[in-house]
Amino acid sequence: MTLLLLAILTPLAVAAVVSLGPANRAKDIATAGMFGSLLFALLAAFRYDWTRSGDFQLAGSLEWLPALGLNISIGVDSVAMLLILLTALLGPICSIASYTAITERVRTYYAWLLILQAAMIGVFAARDLILFYICFEFTLIPMWVLINLFGSTNRKAAATKFFLYTFTGSLIALAGLVYVAWFNATGVPAGSFPGAGEWTFDIAALQAAAASMPASTQAWVLLALLAGFAVKVPLFPVHTWLPLAHTEAPTAGSVILAGVLLKLGTYGIYRFALPFAPAAVVEYSTLIGVLCVVGILYAGLICWVQTDVKKLVAYSSVSHLGFCVLGLVALNVTGVTGSVLYMINHGLSTGALFLLIGMIYERYHTRSMKELGGLAAKMPIWATFMVFFAMASVALPGLNGFISEFLCLIGAFQADSSWALRPGPTPGATPGGLGPWFGLFAGMGMIVGAMYLLYMVGHIVWGPLIEPHAHHAHGGHGEASHAHEAHAPALPRDLNAREIGVLLPLAALCVVLGIYPTPILRVLETPADQLVVDVRSAAGLAPAGPAVEAANESQPQAAQLAEVNR
Amino acid sequence: MIAQIHNIGEIHGTIRGIIPEIALFATTCVVMVLGLSPSLPVRRLCAPVTALGLAIAGVLAVTTTPETLGGTLPWLPQYAKAIIAVVGLLLVPLAVGTVDRTEEHLVAQGKIEFNPLRTNRAEFWAFFLFSLTGLMLCASARDLIWLFLALELTSLPTYIMVTISGQNPLSAPRSNEAGVKYFFLGAMSAAMFLFGFALLYGATGTTSLPDMAAIFAQRGVDPLAMIGMLLAVVGVSYKIAAVPLHFYTPDVYEGAASPVSAFLAFVPKAAGFLSIILLVSTMGWHFLPGESAVDGVIHATEEGFSLPPLLRLTLWVMAALTMTVGNVLAVLQNNVKRILAYSSIAHSGYMLVGVIAGPGESITTNGLGAVLFYLLVYGVSNIGAFAVLASLERRVGPSGEPAEIETVDDLRGLCYTHPVLGWTMVLSALSLLGFPPLLGFLGKLPLFTAAISKGEIPLVIVLGLNSAIAAFYYLRLVAVPLLDSPDPTAAPAARTPFASRVLAGFVSAAGVLVLILVANSIMRASSKAGLYRGPEAAIVETDGEHAAAQPPDAAH
Repeated sequence: MTLLLLAILTPLAVAAVVSLGPANRAKDIATAGMFGSLLFALLAAFRYDWTRSGDFQLAGSLEWLPALGLNISIGVDSVAMLLILLTALLGPICSIASYTAITERVRTYYAWLLILQAAMIGVFAARDLILFYICFEFTLIPMWVLINLFGSTNRKAAATKFFLYTFTGSLIALAGLVYVAWFNATGVPAGSFPGAGEWTFDIAALQAAAASMPASTQAWVLLALLAGFAVKVPLFPVHTWLPLAHTEAPTAGSVILAGVLLKLGTYGIYRFALPFAPAAVVEYSTLIGVLCVVGILYAGLICWVQTDVKKLVAYSSVSHLGFCVLGLVALNVTGVTGSVLYMINHGLSTGALFLLIGMIYERYHTRSMKELGGLAAKMPIWATFMVFFAMASVALPGLNGFISEFLCLIGAFQADSSWALRPGPTPGATPGGLGPWFGLFAGMGMIVGAMYLLYMVGHIVWGPLIEPHAHHAHGGHGEASHAHEAHAPALPRDLNAREIGVLLPLAALCVVLGIYPTPILRVLETPADQLVVDVRSAAGLAPAGPAVEAANESQPQAAQLAEVNR
Repeated sequence: MIAQIHNIGEIHGTIRGIIPEIALFATTCVVMVLGLSPSLPVRRLCAPVTALGLAIAGVLAVTTTPETLGGTLPWLPQYAKAIIAVVGLLLVPLAVGTVDRTEEHLVAQGKIEFNPLRTNRAEFWAFFLFSLTGLMLCASARDLIWLFLALELTSLPTYIMVTISGQNPLSAPRSNEAGVKYFFLGAMSAAMFLFGFALLYGATGTTSLPDMAAIFAQRGVDPLAMIGMLLAVVGVSYKIAAVPLHFYTPDVYEGAASPVSAFLAFVPKAAGFLSIILLVSTMGWHFLPGESAVDGVIHATEEGFSLPPLLRLTLWVMAALTMTVGNVLAVLQNNVKRILAYSSIAHSGYMLVGVIAGPGESITTNGLGAVLFYLLVYGVSNIGAFAVLASLERRVGPSGEPAEIETVDDLRGLCYTHPVLGWTMVLSALSLLGFPPLLGFLGKLPLFTAAISKGEIPLVIVLGLNSAIAAFYYLRLVAVPLLDSPDPTAAPAARTPFASRVLAGFVSAAGVLVLILVANSIMRASSKAGLYRGPEAAIVETDGEHAAAQPPDAAH
């Protein structure tokens, strides 16, 4: 618990130092704070016993408001631990990447960046519902400030839209979460599990209680929770805040937004929506799956016609996270494991893409594909990274995106109750509301993804060289920005060592996770399996099925192969 | 069966119940004399003596208030008086310098002689204390006539405070207009709830609230009593600025000086809520036969434990409309005082949700406890916002009269020009919005849980959506000081010479942060204050045979 607390409190304490300390040292202090947090997160990961990856370890609890059943209790399973590691890794990267981009109000910038870091780690570490909610909500303020102060032209509208969308959604989610707490306090006999029959916001207790909630009530709880989390993911059709917020946010803001903040939504679905409303999830998984597939294709097609590179990557997040949620509602081990892995992979590759676009923006002050082209000739190192991360994002086999996207698709493909009607063995098939059609259409989303990303890469990396200052229509603007740049420390044409250093760890992880994802898949399988078994048994799926299902899926690998038609 | 004073022992008991009020009244007398002294240092003692009196009253409230006064809410007075004293103590430094500023300035320059007839200081502080005395008396009320007098004692001084708070040619017409508007509408509402009280008396033949509760429990609620109750509740809703009697709020808050607006946002509101809780508790929560009191406390989950349907419907509609009207109209405002006025309306709506939820055993199910906790939360958070307005002024007009800042634009870049005030505004606005983990969030959470635990899910959703609407305007109050640059064209706002106002803001902002750590004990106290006892237990109490239904921990 101490290590986790330190990982959360270090950025907070450093934020105070940054905001009071000298402005010219702010970025160094902030980076040190980020590294401090990363260090504690790594230490926590070493202390974590990965062989028991389904258990909540490094746990602890401090009493806060026992009258309300509210405690500061934290602990992580492997999913939370990996997401904390991702967050802690992106922290210093974002801080270092902002060195030249942020020249005004540096103390404000880095202080809020650090506070955001603390809140995000807090979300993943929380084992108390209200503590989770507090951290979840508190990520809004720093991001709102970052977009509002350091974004581009339309930043105020974007920041406000971002705040109001998410705030409204999460208030409704809070009502749902509190309802579950009330159900636990009154609807279950005391003593049936720790925390039953009393007011508590302990996640484990509430999860146990939620299983006995009537299905009709669960549907409302699911709706309330999705109101909060689907907006955050964002799922079609509540995704409209995201392109605006992403486009207007400063580079580091976009990286964090795509890398971590969107994952708060999928993590919320994973941690709360599925286990708190199991029967409803089983019932409505088809509907959610349809929304995911529509989002995948719709956002993908929008990407295709984008001329703003940043907006393109932003919409691609909507498309990609559709896969992520699709894997979750497949409700089988394959899909859930793939989905959690996707959260990490998307954070790495999309985060890197936003960094790369930010580097271009710092040099040319434009993100329009009309004004950029053939940059490989001028910036070979940048072009190399760009192609690499675009490939990772497209899910090229061998890079990280592939394995997770593939697992999500397989999960969706297999999750079909009608498999059971087919004669003969159907390996891996699990009862569920999705099925081959979902796999097929989502698979088409992969093709669309390849189209728009490759089109974008083809245009701005290769193709004829276009640079903004040579562009007549924007000549005046180009001159002005260059004149302005004369005061700022001039950046070299191609990437400098700092920028390469920022991108290299991400690239390395993309390769490692692409080639050898087995260790991570193995530690993710246990919690995914637990979740699936919990949801399935709580939903009372298939009268004869659940027992067999549960027994089978407790040995996940075997289950995938040995599942036979009943 | 009008509650009569049966014997000396009962007089003694009643007096023991209002020791804090007596202390406040004594302080009032002292302050009234001090403010007329020709010596400036003595005159300046008014505020410190008021604060001292409030502190003493607070201590007395905690130590001397007996829990045997009877009634259906026997633990209410102690907690209510304690928070009244605390918020009153925060209001004192804020109210320093509200009146007599020009007068004292001229006296100090030797241009005029000090003339006790022309000063307002003594009156202002005396009325300040009178109003708080009335508020505390509301908490002790066990009788309709007492309740009416206490409500009027709370309100009448505020009419005068509003009127005299405009101290220069610029603000005087506005404050006069506000005072007149406030007075006449207030008189109308008083007539309304007095008529309601009369009907209640007509229906039950008693003015004693515990007796009334017992009669309702035995005979049920007849239409006459219901009409009386509805009139009384709607009339009292003027004090809490709830729909339909909310119209005066923005105009009066805008016209009065900020310290007085802050006073109006807490004191009459608290009086209104205490009265509504006391009135509703005569009729509510036991009107169906068949429930039984265990330990004298009726348990929340029992059958038949709710309000009469018509009363509940009225409160429900009032709550939903009050929240929505307040929040929607606040979005449209550009004047911070009007924003805060509409937000004050909205917050009354939130608190009405707690009244509808009704009592329970713990803070999570006790809607009344949630309301009582929220009163403190709202008082503390709101004072911060008003303190910022009260601490800054511009020189306007040909003679350079000081004018309080009041538009949103006046707050631009406040975190850079006046960091303490800027951050006070940011924290207060976020707390009023209910943003986690600030105090406002902890205030809203029990309202949420209590309403959910009573099955008021639609109301909770209305509450949630309204909090989202509220984000529109509170976010402006955060964004403008925190993110905008100071307006280079306008003259910067200067601090008023009253440093204590900044102190009030600072304490309030610190409270928003620090109280979240100690909220547990406050919540326990407020939850206990909201505990409800059945009418049978209450009536035994008032008849002087108070051994029967005593809970074990009641000090006697």
